[in-house]
Amino acid sequence: MTDASMPTSSDAKPRTPLTTVDARTKKRKAAEARFRMYGIAGIATGIFFLIVLLASIVASGTGAFQQTFINVPVYLDPAKLDKNGNRNPAELAKVSTFGYTPLIQEALLTQVQNNGIETPLEKRGDMKAMISASAAAQVRDVVLGDPDMIGETVEFRILASSRVDGYLKDRVKREDVARDKNIDAEHLDLVDALVPLGIVQKTFNIDFITGADASESRAEAAGIGVSMIGSFFMMLVVLVLALPIGVAASIYLEEFAPKNRLTDLIEVNIANLAAVPSIVFGILGLAVFIQFMHLPQSAPLVGGMVLTLMTLPTIIISTRASLKAVPPSIRDAALGVGASKMQSVFHHVLPLAAPGILTGTIIGLAQALGETAPLLLIGMVGFIASNAPDSIASGLLDPNSAMPAQIYEWAKRADPAFYERAWGGIIILLLFLITMNTIAVILRRRFERRW
Amino acid sequence: MPLLWLTVIVLGLSLVGYLLGRQRAMQSASGDSRALHSLPIYYGMNALMKAVVPALGLMVIWLLAQPLVIENRIADMIPASATADDTNLGLVMAEVRRTAEGLDNAVAAGLMDEDTASNARADITDVTARLKQAGQVVTNQITQPVLRAAQAYRVMSATSNTIMTVAVLLVALAGAGWGVLQSGRDFRARNVVEQGILVILIAAASVAILTTIGIILSLIFNTIEFFRLYPAADFFTLLEWAPSFSGRGGASSLGILPLLWGTIYISIVALIVAVPIGLFSAIYLSEYASPKVRGIAKPLLEILAGIPTIVYGLFALLTIGPLLVSVFGKDGVGWMGGGRSVMTAGIAMGIMLIPFVSSLSDDIINAVPQSLRDGSYGLGATRSETIKQVVLPAALPGIVGAVLLAASRAIGETMIVVLGAGAAARLSLNPFEAMTTVTAKIVSQLTGDSDFASPEALVAFALGITLFVLTLGLNVFALYIVRKYREQYE
Repeated sequence: MTDASMPTSSDAKPRTPLTTVDARTKKRKAAEARFRMYGIAGIATGIFFLIVLLASIVASGTGAFQQTFINVPVYLDPAKLDKNGNRNPAELAKVSTFGYTPLIQEALLTQVQNNGIETPLEKRGDMKAMISASAAAQVRDVVLGDPDMIGETVEFRILASSRVDGYLKDRVKREDVARDKNIDAEHLDLVDALVPLGIVQKTFNIDFITGADASESRAEAAGIGVSMIGSFFMMLVVLVLALPIGVAASIYLEEFAPKNRLTDLIEVNIANLAAVPSIVFGILGLAVFIQFMHLPQSAPLVGGMVLTLMTLPTIIISTRASLKAVPPSIRDAALGVGASKMQSVFHHVLPLAAPGILTGTIIGLAQALGETAPLLLIGMVGFIASNAPDSIASGLLDPNSAMPAQIYEWAKRADPAFYERAWGGIIILLLFLITMNTIAVILRRRFERRW
Repeated sequence: MPLLWLTVIVLGLSLVGYLLGRQRAMQSASGDSRALHSLPIYYGMNALMKAVVPALGLMVIWLLAQPLVIENRIADMIPASATADDTNLGLVMAEVRRTAEGLDNAVAAGLMDEDTASNARADITDVTARLKQAGQVVTNQITQPVLRAAQAYRVMSATSNTIMTVAVLLVALAGAGWGVLQSGRDFRARNVVEQGILVILIAAASVAILTTIGIILSLIFNTIEFFRLYPAADFFTLLEWAPSFSGRGGASSLGILPLLWGTIYISIVALIVAVPIGLFSAIYLSEYASPKVRGIAKPLLEILAGIPTIVYGLFALLTIGPLLVSVFGKDGVGWMGGGRSVMTAGIAMGIMLIPFVSSLSDDIINAVPQSLRDGSYGLGATRSETIKQVVLPAALPGIVGAVLLAASRAIGETMIVVLGAGAAARLSLNPFEAMTTVTAKIVSQLTGDSDFASPEALVAFALGITLFVLTLGLNVFALYIVRKYREQYE
């Protein structure tokens, strides 16, 4: 505002030149700048949170993709493993992992002594803290696969215990070891001496990506592979059920539904279902699918059905939007050359809307993939799936977990070694989500038509 | 898997129906498809639909009804003495089902022959031992009535399955036959097929209604069951939440108020974080930002919305919690006992809600017509004055609606509070104390080993219905506000 617009008071005050800024204008300009800063601060805070979140995921999760192994030649003592000496597989299978543990410990001790490392740990049992509890099973599986190995000295790459692993990843600190009954400072000294020799080695951990969950005491052996398969089967169920039902429902509502009470009821229902908390769908699944229909608990089939109901509103809403985007002239042209209403929809409108429908479906699937709460209620958690399903039927019906449920299970456990696994699992989960969303974006960019 | 085979056979039959129907129609028109009423494929489709839809529909209905009917009849067989003392009928029925399944599996594994499995006078200890040997889960001892009931259950299931198979195949055959016989040059096949497709479309659209009905019924029935075991007045008024783990009811006090308080407190913290950040971002993005900045910042913020809630839960538990403890914990101010607290969960939830608030408000602010802004600029107002005095008042109902929707999202959020808020139910004002919420308790009451008939498990359904009503109410209220106070611009 200039002085010229306020002629009434100008007589009393001395006129100020137009180029000097009066106090009121200064104040208003400052308020303007401040307000703008609030906006920038809002966005900056949001993006700051995003960066902190992603940084803490990457910083804490990458450790899970590395694992410490011990390279050690194990003498497979026939006196212990095959007392009768006839290499009979049935008899070999009777020797439990307890028969193998001493051999491995002995082997590591020999290795330490041969290399002339000075350590107060002189007994076989002292090596227990170094080696994973899964190592014996690992060796046993190899031996049962090839019984002729017995009597020879075979080089094994066995898992180190989670404390040793944590020490090499800076998770286990020397000052904390005093209170830890699972490992002593001497063991850490030994690890320090073994690392330059290449006996203790930190390498890429493929087992984390392909393996199964392990029991509470063996964080080093836990992997996310089997629950990935569980998630895959659930997504299969969601795709097979939600896509046809969602598309059919959208076609009806968008193209055929008369304006009446029933249509209104359906519309209100879909809008409300989209806002129902996901845990309520879990309660529905528990009450209807498990208690009422007696479908198997923890099965990916049931999980997929619950997630289907949950994602249907998302898919219906996006499908309707892309059907609506197809201009009426297409329908009119089809009707004009003699097609029936049904033919115009299925032959012309639906193919033109397909990219949009696909995009919406992929986004719905991504949402379903990350959902955890309903899965907890139908029991897809706390189950240690030891091996991958061997057929489609068992993949659908046998108890399994899902990636987010597995991550939750790890986050609940007391050992911090599992937290690293949980973060690592999140990296894998996010990679899947990013891939799916990128595909959706590319599809939209590539095939979206502007009319 | 016989069910799979049955489906395959039905599909095969329908395919044969398709081919025959089509062929018959072509024959009636002596090979000239122009003489037909509809295109040839519609005659085939007619037969195909008539074979598949009724047959598979019958199969699904049968599979749903079969367990109910059989259980009713089995329940009559179990003498009152078996259910008299501390167990109830539901538990005994679960036992019967498990035993029947065990017998099936044992026979399939070859550890038991069919005669032993169905012998009513079979030695109970022997059967139990064999079941255990077959790796089946059985309680220490199967009682005589349970074994009898399980055997009857098996027989009935088997007969029912046979009848179903025969019925489904007959229906499929009849449908295919009917469709084929109809096929003739004057039959209006396309109209019939399109009517059929329309019915299927309506059925698909009704799934939404069925889901709602399913949710409401499953919540209501189990809640009524809960209130039979536990007084409703206590549930709504008790200030204490202390479920007993061993006893059956009695000793538990299950008051919802502490849980509601935790839920609301955490939601308030979340909204305090999310609303200012989200709202200011939306204002900046829609009023100030250049298209380039908008094109970068908006998708970045929306990434936050695409991140699964379990990630926020873990972030709360392992990053925000320790961070808060280092400031407010023992070494700092001393207000905070552990990493889990109202603040921990509230901040994580607030971050999750930022894009929710910002994109909803962004849409609403963009919907305010440009003419209002131009009028304000014309009077000499600055941009911020225009926003504060013209745009925001015009957008207010929509923004209030968005905040209410965000609140409903916060109340229904589960994973963040399960991991970040703690497990102890408490009525306290200190935001650095651990509290728990309705959703967290639903998870903990339904994932333990407790049986579904106990009030400790059933209370989850009463909590669920509270949650459902609360979120639904907030949504309806939000829509109502938006509708009622919305300015209509042409």
